[in-house]
Amino acid sequence: MVLIFIDQSERKIKKTSFEAITYGVKLAAQLNTTAAGLVLGQTDDDLSSLGKYGLTKIQQVDDAALNDMDAQVYTTVIAEAFRNAGADTLVMSANLTGKAIAPRLSVRLKAGLVTGAVSLPDTGNGFVVKKAVFSGKAFAHVAVQTPQRIVTVSPNAIRAESGSGEAQVEKITVAVPAAKVKVESRDVLKGEVSLADAEIVVSGGRGLKGPENWGMIEELAKLLHGATACSRPVADAHWRPHHEHVGQTGGAIAPNLYIAVGISGAIQHLAGVNRSKTIVVINKDPEAPFFKAADYGIVGDAFEVMPKIIEAVKKLKQ
Amino acid sequence: MKILVCISKTPDTTAKIAFTDNNRKFAADGVQWIINPYDEWYALVRAIEFKEKDPATVLHLVTVGAADAEPIIRKALALGGDEAIRINTDSHDAYTIASQIAAVAKEGGYDLVLTGKETIDFNGASIGGMVAELLELPYLSLATKVDIEGGAVRVIREIEGGEETDSTSLPVVISCQKGVAEQRIPNMKGIMGARSKPLKVVEPVAVDSLTSIEKFELPPAKAGVKLVPADQPEELVRLLHEEAKVF
Ligand SMILES: Cc1cc2nc3c(=O)[nH]c(=O)nc-3n(C[C@H](O)[C@H](O)[C@H](O)COP(=O)(O)OP(=O)(O)OC[C@H]3O[C@@H](n4cnc5c(N)ncnc54)[C@H](O)[C@@H]3O)c2cc1C
Ligand SMILES: Nc1ncnc2c1ncn2[C@@H]1O[C@H](COP(=O)(O)O)[C@@H](O)[C@H]1O
Repeated sequence: MVLIFIDQSERKIKKTSFEAITYGVKLAAQLNTTAAGLVLGQTDDDLSSLGKYGLTKIQQVDDAALNDMDAQVYTTVIAEAFRNAGADTLVMSANLTGKAIAPRLSVRLKAGLVTGAVSLPDTGNGFVVKKAVFSGKAFAHVAVQTPQRIVTVSPNAIRAESGSGEAQVEKITVAVPAAKVKVESRDVLKGEVSLADAEIVVSGGRGLKGPENWGMIEELAKLLHGATACSRPVADAHWRPHHEHVGQTGGAIAPNLYIAVGISGAIQHLAGVNRSKTIVVINKDPEAPFFKAADYGIVGDAFEVMPKIIEAVKKLKQ
Repeated sequence: MKILVCISKTPDTTAKIAFTDNNRKFAADGVQWIINPYDEWYALVRAIEFKEKDPATVLHLVTVGAADAEPIIRKALALGGDEAIRINTDSHDAYTIASQIAAVAKEGGYDLVLTGKETIDFNGASIGGMVAELLELPYLSLATKVDIEGGAVRVIREIEGGEETDSTSLPVVISCQKGVAEQRIPNMKGIMGARSKPLKVVEPVAVDSLTSIEKFELPPAKAGVKLVPADQPEELVRLLHEEAKVF
């Protein structure tokens, strides 16, 4: 049985979890077994509606003590639910929650872990999962050798597929241990598309000269319902917040569309964005290395080109 | 306070990534190796800052790797730290590596174990959490700020959609990323001093690995860029809409 951990943030279930559900449901079909979802804590969402992603059964530990995500507490509760369900495979998103809990669960359940899967496992002979390594410059096929296994799914690697259907929601009780870590405060961006989840990302580099010129980056991102990102020197200079920095030493993203404006395309920058499906580069230097990694490009001055692109997108959206 | 910093070696960020042996092995010939940036810039430097503030702090570095990891751990010692431990196995299974670190951590009775956010070659982001679970300690993942005062730990860390301030008490395992400290350049004195610092080699404890890498694969080459004239940006928008169908 495939158990899918459905993560929520501020009592809402997010896109990365829909992707994990689609992944888990397809994996269960491939393994000729059943899938069930697991939700910890209280939620504002209607869980039965998750049936549209192909889930027929969801278990919820409806306990307010689980509204804070504590890695040790979650590990205990998820491991217990996993064992009680007689599951052999645990699927969750490789989002920040997944990064905090999947390694612990791997040890607790003695289940081989593959983090950041980019496609469904090959189950023809064993259980082999493909994941990005060398910061997106290559892939590894990792064989899980244990009867129990855990796969975390890279955001945007698989598209959430929805149809119709309703899931049966069963409330289960699991003993919740006390947390050793106290959450003092939490600051969550509301309403904005988070960088990791975004399907479209508009990103700026040092070519934009200064933080006062980010208006056009933000405007295009907003028009396209995307997120904004930046190169490392831009974050280092505090032109933009640190969480927007992408690359080898920043976030790694894989949106459908990455628009790089005034970014040279250094190998360390590419390492964080090279799994984007379509890459657009706007740079005034025809020799900028980024053009080699791009699908579309304009050799030109960003300050002239960007306003025209924004106009054209506005026209298209009318 | 007794601190253990986990140090791994990775190919230089500009290294050409290629494979040999039927795509089963990383082609390491001619590759420059560096300390994994997250381990060096953030975990190690923050630990050094703790020691600078309180010289009674004991700071040990640990690496799981074969003898070829020694230049890297010496480089780390040149930045700071009292001694290094190398656990003599070059497994790539996260559980095996974590079990080795946990065994050393248990024996040494460390109050604080610091790791980097992830290795930039295997990108598992797993070792810290596994070590914490093996030691039954809290794991504060993806810290951007780490403060410790008289055994009380306060960490700002990245969480899904934002950040969180957490407090707990030692002992604890923390993974570090940008914000925790500022990169330092080793000086001559540090480099010379590192040569005489103890580097202990210990044999691995026996564990069964949970995973293995079957093969590697390079991404398909890009078809080449389609350039649009600078005076026709609306053509780019049309192509993205009609050809690439990304919006
Ligand atoms: C170990 C290591 C790790 C690193 N990690 C990262 C990382 O994670 N992420 C990252 O981004 N970098 C990283 N770097 C830094 C990286 O090597 C580059 O220095 C950096 O990406 C360059 O940023 P940039 O392209 O914004 O700036 P620049 O290299 O200065 O490029 C600016 C570009 O803007 C163009 N330009 C200028 N004016 C205009 C205009 N008016 N219109 C259009 N184009 C214009 C220029 O032609 C140029 O190509 C790392 C480096 C090292 C050594
Ligand atoms: N072989 C190793 N030896 C010592 N520490 C390691 C090793 N591999 C990983 N680590 C530590 O664990 C962190 C996360 O690694 P990973 O889980 O491989 O992404 C790294 O930043 C290091 O601090």
